[in-house]
Amino acid sequence: MTFFEQYGTFAIAVIVGCLLYAVIMLASRLMRPSVPSPQKLTTYECGVESLGAGWSQTNIRYYVFAFLFLLFDVEAIFLFPWAVIVGDLDATTAVSPTFAVVAMFLFIATLLEGLAYAWKKGVLTWD
Amino acid sequence: MMASLTHATTTVAQTVSLFDGFDGFVLPVILKLVFVLAAFFVLPLVGGYLEHKVMGRMQHRRGPVEAGPFGSLQLVADGIKFIQKEDLIPSAADRWVFAIAPGVALVPAMLVFLVIPFGPGVFALDFELGLFYALAAISVSVLGVLMGGWASANKFSLIGGLRAGAQLVAYELPLIIAAITVAVQAGTLSLVGIVESQATFQLFGTGINVWFVFPQIVGFAIFFVAAMAELSRPPFDMPIGDSELVFGYMTEYTGIKYAMYMLTEYAGMISMSALMVVLYLGGWQLLPGVPLPGCEAGGGLFDCSPTGIALGVAITIAKIMALVFLMVWARVAYPRLREDQLQRVCWLVLVPLSLANLAVVTIAKVVF
Repeated sequence: MTFFEQYGTFAIAVIVGCLLYAVIMLASRLMRPSVPSPQKLTTYECGVESLGAGWSQTNIRYYVFAFLFLLFDVEAIFLFPWAVIVGDLDATTAVSPTFAVVAMFLFIATLLEGLAYAWKKGVLTWD
Repeated sequence: MMASLTHATTTVAQTVSLFDGFDGFVLPVILKLVFVLAAFFVLPLVGGYLEHKVMGRMQHRRGPVEAGPFGSLQLVADGIKFIQKEDLIPSAADRWVFAIAPGVALVPAMLVFLVIPFGPGVFALDFELGLFYALAAISVSVLGVLMGGWASANKFSLIGGLRAGAQLVAYELPLIIAAITVAVQAGTLSLVGIVESQATFQLFGTGINVWFVFPQIVGFAIFFVAAMAELSRPPFDMPIGDSELVFGYMTEYTGIKYAMYMLTEYAGMISMSALMVVLYLGGWQLLPGVPLPGCEAGGGLFDCSPTGIALGVAITIAKIMALVFLMVWARVAYPRLREDQLQRVCWLVLVPLSLANLAVVTIAKVVF
């Protein structure tokens, strides 16, 4: 299989997946009853009248995790190509295995320092 | 088949998908899509039935018994019920985002099945970047969850969606790093190539052929825990947290859209288990170093007779279901973690541990 045949199959699968979801929704629309009333369409809040809008301001602590995630997720992108070649390196290749391993470990250590800093700052502890 | 750029030591004759045995481009593509959709709709139902029955037995119940023999058609009956249910979109909700969110979660869950090898030649595609592709497709589903939680305009949904977002991105890291560790050991990212390299992998030159689960038992444990957290299954079900958040991001969903979220979860359970089987448990091999009966010609892995292919598929599915059983067992055995405990376990235990595991395996790989 060529490159284009492989990723062409993938592209067709994406389209078929979206169509499938549309077809399921349409089939359900043809088969289900629809008798909406204002009471049914209120926001569910355990049976009592809902207070304020659902999109109100809340204190979320998750943005720190989003930053930490970005840090390590970018690292993962660099790790994938490194992982494939690191086992094939030896004394005859342009880059020695020791160099490849040490370079990547230094990179990871720099990122871990960021995690340690976040820990020290107390963002991983809630009180 | 495309030769892997770096894995030049391949000696096995045939690693091509069975579906490429037909001429042209259109017929193989149709057959592949039929295969992927069949696996996507049937295997999650089998896994779901197993969960119903196992949970029932573990809680001194019988589980479903009425629909079909031994209640085996219970989930089919549920599906028929869901598709006929009235579909309510709250008047406060963001209608369009609310409507497409389950699809955004569902379609990537289906796309993962494109690369999973279920047996010798029984796979749709063998990307060179197969492992990368599978992890990328899995991580798209979080968008559907966040969209659903946000568009519902419900406080429970919003909190559930944000929890899901934080949990899914956090646990993706140990998952990815554990998978990269396997890629280091195998020297390839192709899922078929990883199965193949386990057939020839020998423990530090001793001549003992083992699967990657033995040198990487730590990686396997990390992957298993992170996979359960990625699927938001108990004991990691804080995004749903039915005793605190009603039903999290799914609170406002009814009928078929709710069913689509559930199908996503069960399909995720199957694809995560299948990834573990491929990465750590030797794929469709019966025992380490033992060629599959009917496949002797291709080194015990490829060029199989129909019996060998059927046996390989049966072995893979048996391994997948064994892992599903373990996940259900964990669900019954452990209580839910608290939200901040969840994040601490990930950032202070799993991420450093998976990096240490990567370091040890890399050094072992380079030295031996």
